[in-house]
Amino acid sequence: MAFFRMPGVKVPHRKHTSNSIPSRITPPEEVCLLLSMHIGAPAIPAVKPGDKVKIGQLVAKEGGYVSSPVHASVSGTVKRIDDITTAANTLSKAIVIQSDGLMEKYEFLTPPQVTDRPSFIQAVKESGVVGLGGAAFPTAVKLNVKEGVTVEEIIINGAECEPYITADTRTFIDRADELLYGVDLLLKYIQPKRIIIGIENNKKEAIQKAKKLFESVKDVAVRELPSVYPQGGEKVLIYSTTKKIVPEGKLPLDVGVIVLNVTTVAAIARYIRTGMPLTEKCITVDGSAVNAPANLIVPIGTRIKDVFAAAGGFKADPEKIIMGGPMMGHSMPDTEYPVMKGTNALLAFDKKDAEIPEETPCINCGSCIQRCPLHLDPPAFGKAYMLKDPKALEKLKVNLCMECGVCSYVCPAKRHLVQRNRLAKNMLKEHNEKKKAEENKNG
Amino acid sequence: MDKLKLSPSPHILSKKTVSGIMLDVIIALLPAAVASVLIFGYRSALVIGVCVVSAVLSEFLFQKIIKTKVLIGDLSACVTGVLLALNLPVSIPLWQAALGSVFAIVVVKGLFGGIGKNFANPAITARIMMLIAFTGTMTAYTAPLSPDLASTATPLEALKAMGTDLPSLKDMFLGLRGGCLGETCAAALLLGGIYLIARGIISWVTPVCYIGTVFILALIYGGFDYALYQVLAGGLILGAFFMATDYSTTPTRPWGKVIFGIGCGIITAAIRFYGSYPEGVSFSILLMNILTPYIDKWTRPMPIGGNKK
Repeated sequence: MAFFRMPGVKVPHRKHTSNSIPSRITPPEEVCLLLSMHIGAPAIPAVKPGDKVKIGQLVAKEGGYVSSPVHASVSGTVKRIDDITTAANTLSKAIVIQSDGLMEKYEFLTPPQVTDRPSFIQAVKESGVVGLGGAAFPTAVKLNVKEGVTVEEIIINGAECEPYITADTRTFIDRADELLYGVDLLLKYIQPKRIIIGIENNKKEAIQKAKKLFESVKDVAVRELPSVYPQGGEKVLIYSTTKKIVPEGKLPLDVGVIVLNVTTVAAIARYIRTGMPLTEKCITVDGSAVNAPANLIVPIGTRIKDVFAAAGGFKADPEKIIMGGPMMGHSMPDTEYPVMKGTNALLAFDKKDAEIPEETPCINCGSCIQRCPLHLDPPAFGKAYMLKDPKALEKLKVNLCMECGVCSYVCPAKRHLVQRNRLAKNMLKEHNEKKKAEENKNG
Repeated sequence: MDKLKLSPSPHILSKKTVSGIMLDVIIALLPAAVASVLIFGYRSALVIGVCVVSAVLSEFLFQKIIKTKVLIGDLSACVTGVLLALNLPVSIPLWQAALGSVFAIVVVKGLFGGIGKNFANPAITARIMMLIAFTGTMTAYTAPLSPDLASTATPLEALKAMGTDLPSLKDMFLGLRGGCLGETCAAALLLGGIYLIARGIISWVTPVCYIGTVFILALIYGGFDYALYQVLAGGLILGAFFMATDYSTTPTRPWGKVIFGIGCGIITAAIRFYGSYPEGVSFSILLMNILTPYIDKWTRPMPIGGNKK
């Protein structure tokens, strides 16, 4: 099917900030560190209100195998431990630190001893690094490959296919030495047959830099990829670079692949080189309501309002605020919410950009079906969902949908396709859980 | 600031709209409409006008009466009106043209749920209804460039009778022959068709498979010249580019379009060569419309990474 037309869609690039060299913002008065800003178990507080902390000091340790520790991102005093409603509408604990404005580094930070694979993975775990492309899956878990499993490829994701965002582009340009060191560490301790660095071809400077950087490194290839959204989607990227297909219900590692975001690799390198864990993040601040779009380096836990203030505030009343890219990011209810480890962009839209057009009847044009990167059938999901038919949903493979939003984007009738896919996925999940529970009861 | 809008992603959408698509189709039909006025005189414009007005008006009234949202702004009724008009002979009584439009919009489209839900092409089904109900006026074809509306046989009728009284191939291409309003000028139709393909509104697959199939079958049946006449005659080019590519009533996937196009080609050729009607484009598209849900089902691919169970 795909040979008639390349799936995916050309979204507007809007990479206004690609030449904006990231600068550190003036430290905020307080930061709010969520304890579940990663996939997996929430971190467990290791400090109590009143404690003095400094940058890089552990404030919460990992709460299980799939989890990640949290470190102080400013120096100051722990004010309180709050319950906060997250973007996903769940409750999470959060440590609020009042800054003393000094931004002092924790004096006991030393580079970890890394000599073999277990010590490398232990170091990655302690660094607090999670998938920084947005998924926020604990990186140490991803790298912890079982004995006997060979990693054929590590793919470094620098596609950055979402409009606006240029934070990863800047990593290639501004953190080249850390990236090089990170790649060396991966070659040494994970020992993949090769490392492929994938970058969309609309980032000429990043491609040039990366090609030059890895020219003489054996087993590392820089690949220019077409700028077609969702090029940076894990399964799409794996297919584009290796032609491997990750089967339903399997992980990339099952086809011998690990995908890591480029900034994730640089963050690991920084910790192993300096002992400084992940405490700050480069964020692209952009959108039609933002006064001075820029890349800003902010302490993790900085509240959204402080980040926008650092970008010159608003030039128009912000009607919608998005954490992440416009294709997959979350709209935020207020500006008190803090930046998380996985946050890579904050966008503020003016009234015109925030407009949501009315949904009109499907005209069966087939755009969504032809453009779905996984060859799914969104209108059929919608019908099966309305008919409350989980069996049909299972047959249509709704569970494969990665919610990239291409279907909704291309729909001329402005139908809420990916939105309905999500509901349909949940319906199937609930149905399967119920079935399993019944089987357990009977068996 | 305290009234931030919340909505699930994606937060940006393409600029493509339904009315934009329909407008592109109307633009693509303009050359054929202009050609029809040049070839058959001002009455062509009158027929097109009557069809468009009655189609839009009947959609408006129908949606008012059944109390749904009035969607005439999407221009789809307008497209149906133009398409039906281009499928009528220029001498058609205006009340018949209007009735055909109302039938297309109310019976074929509205009663089945409106835009996107109809299983058969409204313009084609209305044309077939009119062909059966008003056989006399629907088959009275006017000679081109004839101010007194002198009647003539169409090239298809001549081909069927194995007659020799055929226009030259150049006249066929330019549309100087008897036939329906918009079907005669192949040059104008191709211009419109190429515009639609270039704009990404339709896929090239259906018209190429459809016209290609008719050409190959005619080549086998009657030789090269005969095949060229078969392609240029009747409503084949109009049907292949503008009716067999209708979104609601034709398959969505490329392989489905291949099956649809070839199927239409085979049925058209069969009716033209062996049937008692000289023309088979309308019937072939209607028959394939009915098969469309099955074709869509057969051509549904396994999603990437999906396990067969």
